[in-house]
Amino acid sequence: MTSRTLEIWVGIFVAAGLAALFMLAMKVSNLAAYQTGPSYEVTARFEDVSGLKVRSPVTMAGVRIGRVKRIEFDDEALQAVVTLEIDKRHNRLPRDTSASIYTAGLLGEKYVGLEAGGEEESLKPGDRIRLTQDSMVLEKLIAQFIAKFIEDKNP
Amino acid sequence: MPQPFCHAFVIMNETPLVRIRDLHYARGSHVIFAGVDIDIRRGTVTAIMGPSGTGKTTLLRLIGGQLRPDRGSIEVDGQPVHRLRGKALYALRKRMGMLFQNGALLTDMDVYDNIAFPLREHTALPESLIRTLVLMKLEAVGLRGARHLMPSQLSGGMARRVALARAIALDPMMVMYDEPFTGQDPISMGVLVRLIRTLNDALDLTSVVVSHDIKETRAIADYIYLLSEGKVVAQGTSEELEQSDSAWARQFLHGEPDGPVPFHYPAPAYAEDLLAGEEAA
Amino acid sequence: MTEALRQLGLVGLGFFQRLGRAHLLLLAILAGVPPLFLRFSLVVRQLYSVGVLSLLIILVSGLFVGMVLGLQGYNTLVDFGAEESLGVVVALSLVRELGPVVTALLFAGRAGSALTAEIGLMKATEQLSAMEMMAVDPIRRVLAPRFLAGFLAMPLLAAIFSAVGVIGGWFVGVGLLGVDDGAYWSQMQAKVDLYDDIWNGVVKSIVFGAVVTWIAIFEGYDAVPTSEGVSRATTRTVVHSALAVLGLDFVLTALMFGD
Ligand SMILES: Nc1ncnc2c1ncn2[C@@H]1O[C@H](COP(=O)(O)OP(=O)(O)OP(=O)(O)O)[C@@H](O)[C@H]1O
Ligand SMILES: [Mg+2]
Repeated sequence: MTSRTLEIWVGIFVAAGLAALFMLAMKVSNLAAYQTGPSYEVTARFEDVSGLKVRSPVTMAGVRIGRVKRIEFDDEALQAVVTLEIDKRHNRLPRDTSASIYTAGLLGEKYVGLEAGGEEESLKPGDRIRLTQDSMVLEKLIAQFIAKFIEDKNP
Repeated sequence: MPQPFCHAFVIMNETPLVRIRDLHYARGSHVIFAGVDIDIRRGTVTAIMGPSGTGKTTLLRLIGGQLRPDRGSIEVDGQPVHRLRGKALYALRKRMGMLFQNGALLTDMDVYDNIAFPLREHTALPESLIRTLVLMKLEAVGLRGARHLMPSQLSGGMARRVALARAIALDPMMVMYDEPFTGQDPISMGVLVRLIRTLNDALDLTSVVVSHDIKETRAIADYIYLLSEGKVVAQGTSEELEQSDSAWARQFLHGEPDGPVPFHYPAPAYAEDLLAGEEAA
Repeated sequence: MTEALRQLGLVGLGFFQRLGRAHLLLLAILAGVPPLFLRFSLVVRQLYSVGVLSLLIILVSGLFVGMVLGLQGYNTLVDFGAEESLGVVVALSLVRELGPVVTALLFAGRAGSALTAEIGLMKATEQLSAMEMMAVDPIRRVLAPRFLAGFLAMPLLAAIFSAVGVIGGWFVGVGLLGVDDGAYWSQMQAKVDLYDDIWNGVVKSIVFGAVVTWIAIFEGYDAVPTSEGVSRATTRTVVHSALAVLGLDFVLTALMFGD
């Protein structure tokens, strides 16, 4: 084998390896999600955010419009403060938009779903979403259900 | 002060190129050298002869600094090889060529690249000049036409001639030949014998030849050392050995089966060994 | 009894001596690596034998491993109605574990054993000695380029393995079993993290590549210079590499994902 063909083969190999790395980064992982365009932040307070993580999606009408940026705990109010990062293009969300924590599928990941209200005025950067509904915790639901069931049986 | 300079010059010329004193070397419990003194004078062809397994190859490796003696000193061109390390040792080795007993060609390159190897590693010569040099060396060993063969395509004798061409590629001050004649047909043998002598005289080399071929060796060697059982048992020019009354020299030069040179590797007495086998059974 | 203890001591002593020699050799090799960037053609030649020649087995194995993951993952997930997550299962298994580990095992069998045999035979046929006598340091001229090539080739091979595996899983899941194409990729992208998963997988493959190449080169260089010695050394390369890779995988996984 001449050294020229050998070098070409090595070139093909290295190119294939780099292409594979590139594919893993761009197509397989969430690198694309890191590159958010310009965005603005709003906050929401919840009693319970179990299962929600930083970078969980924020959706409206089932379409992803942002992601969770921070989750903090407010010592005063004993609540979770979630900072949402929302794409700048969607800057006309009504002020009385509500936020709920949902689960994708029965056991899937948690995400924040927004529902539009009816006000004219829209949410501005730094605003707080007032209406929130907490994460559904399966254990709690089951416990409630059983308690109710027993109550119904023995009135 | 021309006087002392002159003196020094003479002394330098007189000191042997290789000077071995009181060399001791053992492999585990097997003693290979027990006090060997050897001088190899500049510009001569010196032959080292001795029965198989006496340590001739080992001696060449000690001179090349690949092995270190247990005791004694080895000086090459005034430098203590047995104490050299790293750069200094490599600098010295650039001036030594060695022909290995089995050729030791690099099997992943063809004949041409094998001979070009030391040139490419140690010089920054342009490829055209390297080509000229390589073809010159190949012509000298009669294998210019075989330059595109891979080492696996060479016969043993051809491989050794290629290795010889490689050993002299850097025009060293000294070349060590480990059995250059084995496996050569009578014609190439004759060519090799003459080649070693011619190279030695034309390039002002010093040559060390290890060989079993008495006739050829005697034809080119200026001085001969006979080794056996870890010692130098006889030495001298070809004629001196011929006339010496040393039993060693007589037996070796004439290939007699009986004499002081042992044919056997050290072992307990034969009968004892056989009986021991019976007892064990 | 004392004899048995003595044997045990000898074995232990031998083990630590070999370990010491291996580390000294590694230091010498590493010292020989920087000058290679001035003579990169030496490394390119080795990249061919270590990388290009391993490419086929990596491509084929990656494809089939991905396809099996697609099939098995689908069968398990479909019971929970979660077959949309197939992409996540395939991609995470590949980039975190199977990519680096299986590639390293194949690499040990394909490239590592070849390295050991080649270096061992060069030693047995006195080529290394001959180089020394030509004032060429075989550690720098022969071992260092091979080490660097193995070090560079392994992460690339592992990446190719994972990428091809993801495509294999896609082929089975989306192409044959009817998982939604969009869900396969979007779920994957939502759950696979660039740093936690991809980068940690690359780190694993770099570590495995260095260790396997080191073992292969040491075994060759330390081999008893006979045909039997070389064949034993080749076997040892494969066995020791496999053990080292699996052991290190546990340690690295615990360090990376065990928080
Ligand atoms: N690696 C080794 N380990 C142990 N003993 C060795 C080793 N190499 C050589 N020997 C021993 O050293 C002695 C000398 O070997 P050497 O190869 O120098 O002999 P030689 O004189 O060149 O023989 P020949 O003429 O057959 O080539 C032999 O008896 C051999 O048994
Ligand atoms: Mg010999």
